[in-house]
Amino acid sequence: MTVNNRPGVLNRITGLFTKRHYNIESITVGHTEIEGISRMTFVVNVDDERTAEQIIKQLNKQIDVLKVNDITDQAIVARELALIKVSAPPSVRQEIYTLIEPFRASIVDVSKDSLVIQVTGEPDKVEALIELLRPYGIKEVARTGTTAFTRGAQKTAAHQKTAFII
Amino acid sequence: MTRMNVEEQEKAKTKMKLNGSLMLIEALKAEGVEVIFGYPGGAVLPLYDELYKAGVFHVLTRHEQGAIHAAEGYARISGKPGVVIATSGPGATNLVTGLTDAMMDSLPLVVFTGQVATSVIGSDAFQEADVVGITMPITKHNYQVRDISELPRIIKEAFHIATTGRPGPVLIDIPKDITTAEGEFDYDQDVHLPGYQPTTQPNHWQIRRLVEAVSQSKRPVILAGAGVLHANAADELRQYAEQQRIPVVHTLLGLGGFPADHPLFLGMAGMHGTYTANMALYECDLLINIGARFDDRVTGNLNDFAPKATVAHIDIDPAEIGKNVPTKIPIVSDAKAALQELIAQQGKPADTAAWLVQLDEWKRRFPLYYEPEAGTIKPQKLIEMIYEMTNGEAIVTTDVGQHQMWAAQYYKFNRPHRWVTSGGLGTMGFGLPAAIGAQLADRSATVVSIVGDGGFQMTFQELSVIQELQLPIKIVIVNNQALGMVRQWQELFYDQRYSHSLIPNQPDFVKLAEAYGMLGLRAKTEAEAADVLKQAFAINGPVLLDFHVRADENVYPMVAPGKGLHQMVGVKACEESSQ
Repeated sequence: MTVNNRPGVLNRITGLFTKRHYNIESITVGHTEIEGISRMTFVVNVDDERTAEQIIKQLNKQIDVLKVNDITDQAIVARELALIKVSAPPSVRQEIYTLIEPFRASIVDVSKDSLVIQVTGEPDKVEALIELLRPYGIKEVARTGTTAFTRGAQKTAAHQKTAFII
Repeated sequence: MTRMNVEEQEKAKTKMKLNGSLMLIEALKAEGVEVIFGYPGGAVLPLYDELYKAGVFHVLTRHEQGAIHAAEGYARISGKPGVVIATSGPGATNLVTGLTDAMMDSLPLVVFTGQVATSVIGSDAFQEADVVGITMPITKHNYQVRDISELPRIIKEAFHIATTGRPGPVLIDIPKDITTAEGEFDYDQDVHLPGYQPTTQPNHWQIRRLVEAVSQSKRPVILAGAGVLHANAADELRQYAEQQRIPVVHTLLGLGGFPADHPLFLGMAGMHGTYTANMALYECDLLINIGARFDDRVTGNLNDFAPKATVAHIDIDPAEIGKNVPTKIPIVSDAKAALQELIAQQGKPADTAAWLVQLDEWKRRFPLYYEPEAGTIKPQKLIEMIYEMTNGEAIVTTDVGQHQMWAAQYYKFNRPHRWVTSGGLGTMGFGLPAAIGAQLADRSATVVSIVGDGGFQMTFQELSVIQELQLPIKIVIVNNQALGMVRQWQELFYDQRYSHSLIPNQPDFVKLAEAYGMLGLRAKTEAEAADVLKQAFAINGPVLLDFHVRADENVYPMVAPGKGLHQMVGVKACEESSQ
């Protein structure tokens, strides 16, 4: 979804979700290539098509909303970044290094008994890594939420459970 | 003088340097605003100073809620945006009910609120409130002016947004320093809103689908809402219904869009709709909704709503289509444009002969009904008397509750833009201030404000304004010493436990009228009622009438909550004649 970058615009959008009883799973906001225009990406769990349609229509009614796209059933690139602080006494560090490698995650901070791991990818991948790290003792997790694009070339739709609105 | 010079001078005029308050006044002039409803206060003192000097027509209501309801009444009758000014903090928060009311009923308003100076915003300053935050979900759009250079553009956009597409209230919050800051005033600019492009013309393919559906239908019905009135499409609605021989039912807010005395009219639908209107919605095979939003008070239980019908929906707001009722033929359009297109198509009319016979039979057998009783005043009879007294030509404003439903049932509106009521939000206290705006929008009209004894006391301070401006409004209090609709629900659904709904010790409303310098009259029987009505309507000035009506009267028919429209109670059959 693209919006005018005006004061209160985020409040307007989240307020609309609250008013109509839609739960936001995640939300990301940032500048676009055009000055004064921001992109917002929402992940929203909906029960049916009709609710998804209603959300999009209500968003479209906002004066500061320029374009809404439901990309749930489209081929998309969806990425999320997570920082995971995990207990890591020296004895298990090597093990953790090996474990995170296939995820192309990286260590961004090291202290006496913990590590901060940064991972980027689709939400499922982030979820999987968190689960793998859980036995070591997770101290903190910070996730950005998903941001997404449609792919340049659209193939057959990949099925997703959640609705992405960009 | 060369032509160039004239043009330059014209340009200079539109580009003069002005302070924020004067900009606002110039912008209102450019928009053709005739009247402002408002209330002064600290944050708008500079603005009120300029209003004073400019001699703008400003109606000082006695509460900000009165101002905004008056603006709603004005908008409803004139079709033009109602303009309101209130100060910061409490002035602005007192507008919240009216803004929500206007949002629900799609009334165009442009509302200006004062705000503390930009330098202290966010410091919990005296009379500071986050008005933009508070009013975000109850306005079509809102603004806070952060720099004087934005002001002309924002006002221009506000009027554009309020009056186009689906109308609604737009609020502009103006910090005090902006009202005195100077800037260049250029109002001669185009509105550029890429995120706001309402669709007003119908999709031709969908129109053709509807024409086809009508031609195959045997039992079509049109449900006409306020969208018909906003689009000034009453003539087109009648023409279309007559061309295709399709009967029409109205929503509460749609009343007057189709003549009540027309043979194709079936009455109001919904919770207190007529038997025929509700049964038509239940039995129809094609439902054409024009400018109504399938409110729950109209549909009853959605599972039982129009179960046999293909649904077509014409609405300017795409979000209303398919929101509550699955819709086969969606037409996003202004009602007038869609109706004109439908008329022009001259499709094969539906074969409705048998359907119309059936509907006429229902109309004859199950009309609106109440038990007459001359020794008291039956509220239904009272509305009929007012209808006769005013030849059905009055502007009627109401509050919310029993009296509102009786007015909707028994005052037969044959013309559009005569009916001013709070529909979606159901705001008590709406009727009296709305009458002020309605009368100012149409000075020559007879205005009757029908209110309950409960709602009246929420905004009766506005009697002061009526008296001051000598507006010849007839204020009819349907006094049942109760919050009648609450009492009715408690009688029917709460085993007659009348929790805080009976008010036997209401004040003497006649004396209250006198306290405001107004004539007050009282009646307790039908004969007295006829008398005082005659007296009141002979006077070209405000009169308050206190009618003590039967307190235990209920509004029927009624569709109980959770029931379908076909499950009405309180329907009485007239004597059998056909069998």
